[in-house]
Amino acid sequence: MFGTHGTGDTSGYGGLVRTPAATGSSERPYGSYFDDVADDLERAYPAFSDAIERVVVDRGELTLHVKREKLVEVSKILRDSLKFEMCMGVSGIHYPEQNGRELHAVYPLLSITNNRRIRLEVSVPDNDAHIPSVVEVWAGNNWHERETFDMFGIIFDGHPGLTRILMPDDWQGHPQRKDYALGGISVEYKGATIPAPSERRSYR
Amino acid sequence: MTTFTDPYSSSRETTEGTVFSVTGGDWNELVTEIGATKEERIVVNMGPQHPSTHGVLRLVLELEGETVTEVRCGIGYLHTGIEKNIEYRSWTQGVTFVTRMDYLSPLFNETAYCLATEKLLGITNDVPERASAIRVLMMELNRISSHMVALGTGALELGAITPMFFAFRERERVLDIFEMISGLRMNMAYIRPGGVQQDLPAGATQKIRETVKEMRKAFKDNSTLLIGNSIWMKRTEGIGYLDLAGCTTLGVTGPVLRATGLPWDLRKTQPYCGYENYDFDVVTTDTCDVYGRFLIRMNELEQSLRIIEQACDKIDKLAGAPVMVEDKKIAWPAQLAMGGDGLGNSLDHIREIMGTSMESLIHHFKLVTEGFRVPAGQVYAAIESPRGELGAHIVSDGGTRPYRMHFREPSFNNLQSTAAMCEGSMVADIIGAVASIDPVMGGVDR
Repeated sequence: MFGTHGTGDTSGYGGLVRTPAATGSSERPYGSYFDDVADDLERAYPAFSDAIERVVVDRGELTLHVKREKLVEVSKILRDSLKFEMCMGVSGIHYPEQNGRELHAVYPLLSITNNRRIRLEVSVPDNDAHIPSVVEVWAGNNWHERETFDMFGIIFDGHPGLTRILMPDDWQGHPQRKDYALGGISVEYKGATIPAPSERRSYR
Repeated sequence: MTTFTDPYSSSRETTEGTVFSVTGGDWNELVTEIGATKEERIVVNMGPQHPSTHGVLRLVLELEGETVTEVRCGIGYLHTGIEKNIEYRSWTQGVTFVTRMDYLSPLFNETAYCLATEKLLGITNDVPERASAIRVLMMELNRISSHMVALGTGALELGAITPMFFAFRERERVLDIFEMISGLRMNMAYIRPGGVQQDLPAGATQKIRETVKEMRKAFKDNSTLLIGNSIWMKRTEGIGYLDLAGCTTLGVTGPVLRATGLPWDLRKTQPYCGYENYDFDVVTTDTCDVYGRFLIRMNELEQSLRIIEQACDKIDKLAGAPVMVEDKKIAWPAQLAMGGDGLGNSLDHIREIMGTSMESLIHHFKLVTEGFRVPAGQVYAAIESPRGELGAHIVSDGGTRPYRMHFREPSFNNLQSTAAMCEGSMVADIIGAVASIDPVMGGVDR
């Protein structure tokens, strides 16, 4: 629990190290309204096959894996032509074992006009964790991108003010990355220091 | 310049101008001193310890006289790292964490989390109907208790104390029901992946029906007190304006969005837990202001009561039906019962695992300590919480613990609209505008 180091294996008492299955692209027909969404996007955006790396349909949800250079372009088309008026934020995921694409950013989109949901996913390497910001497309993503930067260290280029939002400004590291161990920090209050939970005797 | 001897208020010179620290003391002295400065522009730090900012929200206001020219929110004072912690707990234990996010609507957090987990497990359709009806019942009761805090504290912050007493009186009735059903008044971890923790106690629906009748009568106290009240109207009408375009671009959902006239309610548009089988209306207003949002919350109370009555009928009809999925690899093995010293494992269950079946004991032990495995993949499940779209994005790597969990909190998102609502208004109107968003800092910071 506290202070996991090394593999960061949290699989439980089985001690099994698992690697998430990398699902391949789904085959047409995708089912539901997903074929319509893909068709509409292809029509409105001729560079579809270049910008969309994979189309995944899993558990009744459609995920478009977008190249990061094309993210803003695709977002604008999705908003204006396909009526995905709302972006419900961005959620980061850290897969340390996926070489060259360690950090993922997931954008759930909502279309009120058509009552549809899809998801965009962008993956970037850890040593070049830059993703263009979509704040100019959906202003409401402002805080969400700040949170993902805070927690994962993904830098959203073009964001109007990319600063930490939940952690203190001078915090070291990005807490929700898998290489950031769960543990506590000691608290100093009025001269007395209270050790972090992970450093207390009962947990060691 | 006078020197303050009061330890609670002082001033000092900085490169940015004079900084006044006020935490109490003689207000007149301070006003005199601020009046002596030449500049009209003042930057005021409001919160994070301020009774009107709805918890530990910090607002940085730039004022020209009494007009607010710029608002910035400072959040993070209640960050508890729930999303990180949950990666180190089993899927069932996760419920105990998420329930503590938005502490005014714990059952919504639990439901969003469980719906997402069930979607990952592929058992969405296996959840028993009775369990879904109990979830709906609990959520709608929770919607009432949450709206009661929104209305009560909102009115209190604008200077009206009586509505707060009325609101908390009704909230208390709901919390009593929660206590009767789950044993806890808040953070109950009652809704679990696959169903609910335990069945309703005997006579629960009867008690709920009586309470619904009482509440329906008692809600009138607040509506007669506030609707059309000239002071209340002056403090709320035309305040905190945010129209449909503003809402969509800022991703704002819930009562704030419905106050623009758009009937967007996930219970109707993208039903879950069988909401399509209930008869209720989506409440809207078209004023885009604080008063409209207040009216929506007031009227949603009645709609929730309607749903609760229908849920009670459904639960009565399904008497004896299971409240947890049949799959023994997922369903919590314990059979809980109320004993003299509170809730615990039923004696029958203890007798079985300790006395007769070793396999049952092993099964119980494995499931409780290690938990069940969830196939790899990612899902997003969204529900309509009292504050808007509450989404759970959960990633599994096939293990016994969530690989990554992120909550799309409506409070977190909607709080962004403070600047759009308040810039150009009076300082006093910020209080009303923030109260109408109804942010819960536990949800904002997680």
